Amino acid sequence: MSTRLAKGGRLLDRSKPLNFTFNGTPLRGFQGDTLASALLGSGRTLLGRSFKYHRPRGLVASGVEEPNVLVNLGRNARLEPDQRATTTELFEGAEASSQNHWPSLDFDIGEINDKIGKLFPAGFYYKTFMAPKWAWKHLFEPVIRQAAGLGAAPKEADPDRYEQTYAFCDVLVAGGGVAGLAAALAEAKAGKRVMVMEQTAFWGGRAPVDGGIIDGLAPDEWVRNAIETLEKMENVQLFTRTMVSGLYNHGYVIGYQRVADHTPGDGRPRHRLWRIRAGLVITATGALERPLAFAGNDVPGVMLASAVRDYVVNWAVSPGDRVVIVTNNDDAYRTALAVLDAGLSVPVVIDARDSVTGALPMAVKARGVRVLEGRGIAKVLGRKAVTGVEICAQAGEGGVIETVACDCVAMSGGWSPVVHLFSHVGGKLIWDEAGAMFRPDATRPPIKADGTALARAVGAANGALTLDALCAEAGLAAQVEPEAPLAPVWVMPAGAKEALKFKAFLDYQNDVKVSDVQLAAREGYTSVEHTKRYTTLGMASDQGKLSNINGLAILSDALGQAIPQTGTTTFRPPYTPISFGAVAAEAKGEIFQPLRRTPMHGWHEAKGAHWEPVGLWRRPYCYPRAGESHRDAVNREITNTRTNVGLLDASTLGKIVVKGPDAGRFLDMLYTGMMSTLPVGKCRYGIMCNENGFLMDDGVVVRLSEDSWLCHTTSGGAEHIHAWMEDWLQCEWWDWKVYTANLTEQYAQVAVVGPKARMVLEKLGGMDVSKEALPFMSLAEGTLGGFPARVFRISFSGELSYEIAVPANMGLAFWEALNAAGAEFGAMPYGTEALHVMRAEKGFIMIGDETDGTVIPQDLNLGWAISKKKDDYLGKRAQARVEMARPDRWRLVGLETIDGTVLPDGVYAVAEGHNANGQRNTQGRVTSTYWSPTLKKGIAMGLVVNGPERMGEVLDFPGDGGVVHKVKIVDPCFYDKEGEKANV
Amino acid sequence: MLTFTCPYCGVVAEESELTGGGEAHLKRFGPGSSDAEFEAYLFTRKNPKGVHFERWRHAYGCGKWFLAARDTNTLEVFGTYPAQTTEPPADLIAAIKNKRPGWEGWK
Ligand SMILES: [Zn+2]
Repeated sequence: MSTRLAKGGRLLDRSKPLNFTFNGTPLRGFQGDTLASALLGSGRTLLGRSFKYHRPRGLVASGVEEPNVLVNLGRNARLEPDQRATTTELFEGAEASSQNHWPSLDFDIGEINDKIGKLFPAGFYYKTFMAPKWAWKHLFEPVIRQAAGLGAAPKEADPDRYEQTYAFCDVLVAGGGVAGLAAALAEAKAGKRVMVMEQTAFWGGRAPVDGGIIDGLAPDEWVRNAIETLEKMENVQLFTRTMVSGLYNHGYVIGYQRVADHTPGDGRPRHRLWRIRAGLVITATGALERPLAFAGNDVPGVMLASAVRDYVVNWAVSPGDRVVIVTNNDDAYRTALAVLDAGLSVPVVIDARDSVTGALPMAVKARGVRVLEGRGIAKVLGRKAVTGVEICAQAGEGGVIETVACDCVAMSGGWSPVVHLFSHVGGKLIWDEAGAMFRPDATRPPIKADGTALARAVGAANGALTLDALCAEAGLAAQVEPEAPLAPVWVMPAGAKEALKFKAFLDYQNDVKVSDVQLAAREGYTSVEHTKRYTTLGMASDQGKLSNINGLAILSDALGQAIPQTGTTTFRPPYTPISFGAVAAEAKGEIFQPLRRTPMHGWHEAKGAHWEPVGLWRRPYCYPRAGESHRDAVNREITNTRTNVGLLDASTLGKIVVKGPDAGRFLDMLYTGMMSTLPVGKCRYGIMCNENGFLMDDGVVVRLSEDSWLCHTTSGGAEHIHAWMEDWLQCEWWDWKVYTANLTEQYAQVAVVGPKARMVLEKLGGMDVSKEALPFMSLAEGTLGGFPARVFRISFSGELSYEIAVPANMGLAFWEALNAAGAEFGAMPYGTEALHVMRAEKGFIMIGDETDGTVIPQDLNLGWAISKKKDDYLGKRAQARVEMARPDRWRLVGLETIDGTVLPDGVYAVAEGHNANGQRNTQGRVTSTYWSPTLKKGIAMGLVVNGPERMGEVLDFPGDGGVVHKVKIVDPCFYDKEGEKANV
Repeated sequence: MLTFTCPYCGVVAEESELTGGGEAHLKRFGPGSSDAEFEAYLFTRKNPKGVHFERWRHAYGCGKWFLAARDTNTLEVFGTYPAQTTEPPADLIAAIKNKRPGWEGWK
């Protein structure tokens, strides 16, 4: 059983004990512990259950590659599932619990899955849940959802703070081991701006545990010197607890800093996401040790050899009293030495190689340890904890030669460079036969915008797995025991029978075994990407860390091809999971997106306006009074406007000035109508189409002077239309002399609407707004009630109406002056819904209601707004297409239910017969529908096949619940067809 | 996230400062053009795996449209230039030919 050693622990501060709980049991660790080392040091080896078979699982690794021990951390709003115990620094009061079991970790009902595991082969989900069709939704999915998943999701909002920050550097070094620090020193001394990011809390990587001499110094000492030097340099920034999670195009890099995970509640943001533009990324991300695939390699107590020595050396934790080493390389012998140095026993080293002669094995032998050559593990004994191993010939089928009792197995299948970052944006890998590994191909790196290399791999991440190799690469002197070559071992023993392969795990987290990958190959999965998805090998948080090479090798063997022919799956960021909090950071709640406010916004808010979002604006939908429903308020606002006078904040209307000698010519191209002939001081309704001929925006155009026009756009359309204008001016007609300026926010605009509108303006005084001085569709400029104003005599409601623009900073004062002056005439503000109903009563179209990107002006009976005199305008050629002239196009009509009720929005008129899908044929649809308080009945507009030729026809519009609405086709103008109300 | 150097203001602009505008150097066909010409203008795009000439606007910067030559496969940007031209600059074409000897040209 595991325990804390009395001495040692290079990362521990034994003077600072820390209390924590696991599954409710109080336990104790030290400052410097990870949750994993503290659990192991407390004698806990059974720490979780596997995903599919619910097999008992313990720690395999000591770092980011740990597949098994993912825990729930914290509680309530701070509950976070799937936290990796090996990368969670212990803190006082930490609360952790194991996942994926019921009712308890020790006794788990789900373990039955393991007993019937033969029923869950590769592709189980695909094979089982195909039929019958109904069963997925009603049977399989609910059952799987209940049983699947690891941790529990928190139900409350995250109370912690997260932030993002931006940075630029010449060189970003990912990884703070010897190779990374050496590279950082070289780059910094060359004057580069350098950022160094190390994912753990400590500098130095593996070297301090693995040993050797660097430039005459012990690794710890060399690392300390390097950090001291770097810290003094102004062009260097050092970050621990910061993982480079991904490389993206053109040198964009994400760094994930765990600022305060280890000091919760200290007021700092929990995580910080660094968004970096780097000139060069040096990937010094080290290497990960590979497991060996033997039966029972997942029993708690079977660990990576490097992890065993990490626990012993870094945290003074003994993973077991009797540690059997099983290996195909010399490096694992370092673990034997570390275990022996800690006073523990190594009963045997099982080496798959036929001849073992290296310096490290000799040193182990010299300590009296038995070293077996050409041997492997047939099977691990024990279920919830290792009790021993059965030893066999590696070349054989698993016949047991002897059984050795032990409580820990340290395995090493060699090492794989961490190539993830190098590969994220297209860096290529090469297969290194001698090292049996993929490593970065320096001749085919990921590239930047200028085509030069974005990334360079160094050290173990570049395949320089030994200290002497990486020091040689970095120009440092090294002394270290030489290592003999490894012998690739993908299955142990080589001829393992099905029963053994069935318990030999490749991917612990997803419960993928050697037998699963071989089955996939037999079933025809020849692509590694397909095999990954079919078997789930390397999915979830593993992402090719532990499982990758072993799985590829077994697939290659089953397919009878070399490993490089099989290739790797695609490495995708993030390297390890990052928090949603860091991704979202401050972009939540009120600052999720900007809010655009008109100058009168605060006034509307104070009056209790009910808001309608329009683009980024908020516009008052209506102003409900006490006891009034929204519908009541809308009806009141309409009736008051049509009877007395209403005030509308129209400031959101787009206002673009187009000016210059060629401005008229330009607007003639932009609008379907003729704008160049508009007299100064006059207004004209205009519509714009895209080159497909479809309607895209509309509004009133005003000629301000000989060479300048003011173009009103829809509220949501100002930016888009301004960009559209600029596109044509810059990219097509760049020799035309025209300027545009989007002045939307420079002016506040108010519509004063209704029979008493003129009286309100006359009360304000200062301008002649009579019918004679300011006729319909004209402009006057002057001073109104002391405000510099442009007064447009235009109407969107059919009433006598003025739209008045004043400088934005006077908007609120002007609005208040209008309300005050209007009080005696019954003036009331009205909102967007009243605006919409009144325009529908008049049969005016609304962009986005009557148009949907497939509607041409001719469909909306707007032929009158298309100039017949012009040779060209945007959309003209498209409108000449055969499709656009079809006689059976859907065209605008008014619609009235026979019983006067309001039609549901969006319903369709059915026609005779059915289409190929067995649905009723259709012949029209509703585009706008309202209750008209003016007409006291429902009114609607819609598009109907050849509609204007079918006045008086009654169509069927099926609604919900079998109701069929009988609807008559009528003229779309329901109110004051002669236009007398506006013309006063 | 791509970066382009705006040829107007000289800023190395992040993709999030820009809006894309599709293929560059399209010739507009208006009234009087044949159905085939108009269809090609509206809908037929090159979509190469390799060198592509495209439109970008420095929308959240100087507001100018510019053109860029970019490899759609490697994402290498060979150069950017102002939009007020009907064809790519000769020196840019030469530079691309130098880097991509097999390139069939921009037309
Ligand atoms: Zn610019």
